[in-house]
Amino acid sequence: MKQAYSADEIMTVSAARLLQNGIVCFVGIGLPSKAANLARLTHAPDLVLIYESGPIGAKPSVLPLSIGDGELSTSADTTVSTSEIFTFWLQGGRIDVGFLGAAQVDRFANINTTVIGPYENPTVRLPGAGGAPEIAGSAGQVLVILRQNPKSFVERLDFVTSIGHGTGYDYRKTIGLPGRGPVAVITDLGVLQPDQHSKELTLISIHPGVSLDEVRANTRWELKISPSLETSQPPTADELSVLRELEQQTALAHARLGSLAPTLTAKVDRR
Amino acid sequence: MAKIVSISDAVAELIHDGDQIACEGFTHLIPFAAGHEIIRQGRRNLTLIRMTPDLIYDQMIGMGLAAKLVFSWGGNPGVGSLHRLRDAIENRWPSPLAIEELTHAGMVQAYNAGAAGLPFGVLRGFAGTDLPKANPSIRSVTCPFTGESLAAVPAIRPDVSIVHAQRADRRGNVLVWGIIGVQKEAVLAAKRSIVTVEEIVDDLNAPPNACVLPSWIISAVCLAPGGAYPSYAQGYYDRDNRFYQSWDKISRSRDDFLSWMELNVMNRPHSDQEPAGKLRI
Repeated sequence: MKQAYSADEIMTVSAARLLQNGIVCFVGIGLPSKAANLARLTHAPDLVLIYESGPIGAKPSVLPLSIGDGELSTSADTTVSTSEIFTFWLQGGRIDVGFLGAAQVDRFANINTTVIGPYENPTVRLPGAGGAPEIAGSAGQVLVILRQNPKSFVERLDFVTSIGHGTGYDYRKTIGLPGRGPVAVITDLGVLQPDQHSKELTLISIHPGVSLDEVRANTRWELKISPSLETSQPPTADELSVLRELEQQTALAHARLGSLAPTLTAKVDRR
Repeated sequence: MAKIVSISDAVAELIHDGDQIACEGFTHLIPFAAGHEIIRQGRRNLTLIRMTPDLIYDQMIGMGLAAKLVFSWGGNPGVGSLHRLRDAIENRWPSPLAIEELTHAGMVQAYNAGAAGLPFGVLRGFAGTDLPKANPSIRSVTCPFTGESLAAVPAIRPDVSIVHAQRADRRGNVLVWGIIGVQKEAVLAAKRSIVTVEEIVDDLNAPPNACVLPSWIISAVCLAPGGAYPSYAQGYYDRDNRFYQSWDKISRSRDDFLSWMELNVMNRPHSDQEPAGKLRI
């Protein structure tokens, strides 16, 4: 039966539900920012959103395309320098949840956003670290959101950009990381959580209509499945309508010409 | 005291082949007009420092100006890859590009150290990651009080820092607001600096505690209305997100990129890039 929502929609909704009202969330751009704003516009109106560009308490009306879009600053309680964000607010221990995207994860929720292939001679050069490594290290806990496929859920990362649970067990404590690390990885197929002891990612929830075979086929290691595996709650009508309205308004805003719109863009279009 | 001069004079006088330059602006206030003038004047062998290379360094790298890039996140924000940066790293086109890669937190501490006159910056960072293997200048120090091992990064001290801001007064004092990124740190860390501004006014009317760069820490102030476009200048114009999206297509092929640069940068001296209408001064 065809679902009344897309795989991306249930991923975003499942992630949004994990953000409690009133917590302080350091938000990555893209999927994390979409889910965090959905949470703010539904069950968590007092969610405090902090973006690495400096806004604290941002309440954007459309999703930012970049991490530093103007509305993040104009809607925020205050905007501080980028140095201050990382030094006082993140490293200073003010962040409850760091919310990250990823290009690749491994079974311990370590993240690669740097290279595919060898570092010196990469097959694909990805954007790199940004703020993620220190968010992964210092936030009280971490949520990771990404689409699940054989290229993103890999047996071995070519490069560890941001640390999850390292080699598992007490790894984080051993190397002195202040935060608890990833507590959930949310995908378009389900939700995974690290095992309490080994810290290996375990599938705890599967989205309606997705088969276990499908999840396994999209994971390049032998995936652990929770004995009490649940089926994710489908998005409510309210969640879906808020999410779709947000995406629609965002698409309209991003398609609009910049208010300056000098001749540069016109010349592109003529070519 | 800053001299108030044209962008072309400032670039000609202050930026030399082989310099380490930092064009900063965290998504906001990216100094495109100054970057384009550096490209037109054909500087070579530059070390480009910037947290987020963005389109401006993609263009400079694609035009062959850069020998080395120091950065912490090299993508087209919200869109995808910087194709000219990738082509330089993956295929050494148009020339090989050395890279020195940090994180945002590491890079702000390196700027802070440069501005503070310290040899290195310190942070709780990089633990468990492969970044110290990729960049041997990421080291560690032991806290003399607690014994904690902390990450150390060498200070960034650019030969020239270039930033864009909203406003200067006629003496060259500069007011910047909104997302201020590492604008102030970059200018204070540098030996020389160029600040381009949307407008020059009689009085900044800056409230106490506003982010003001005093004239005497800046080498040159240049009038450049629209000088941050296609990024934005809060209070003046929005980010042209549509242009950022279209850059993905323009920059994918070497030929398209080169003809776009020819048309929009090489054959258009700075005055031509001033936006039409009310912003023209």
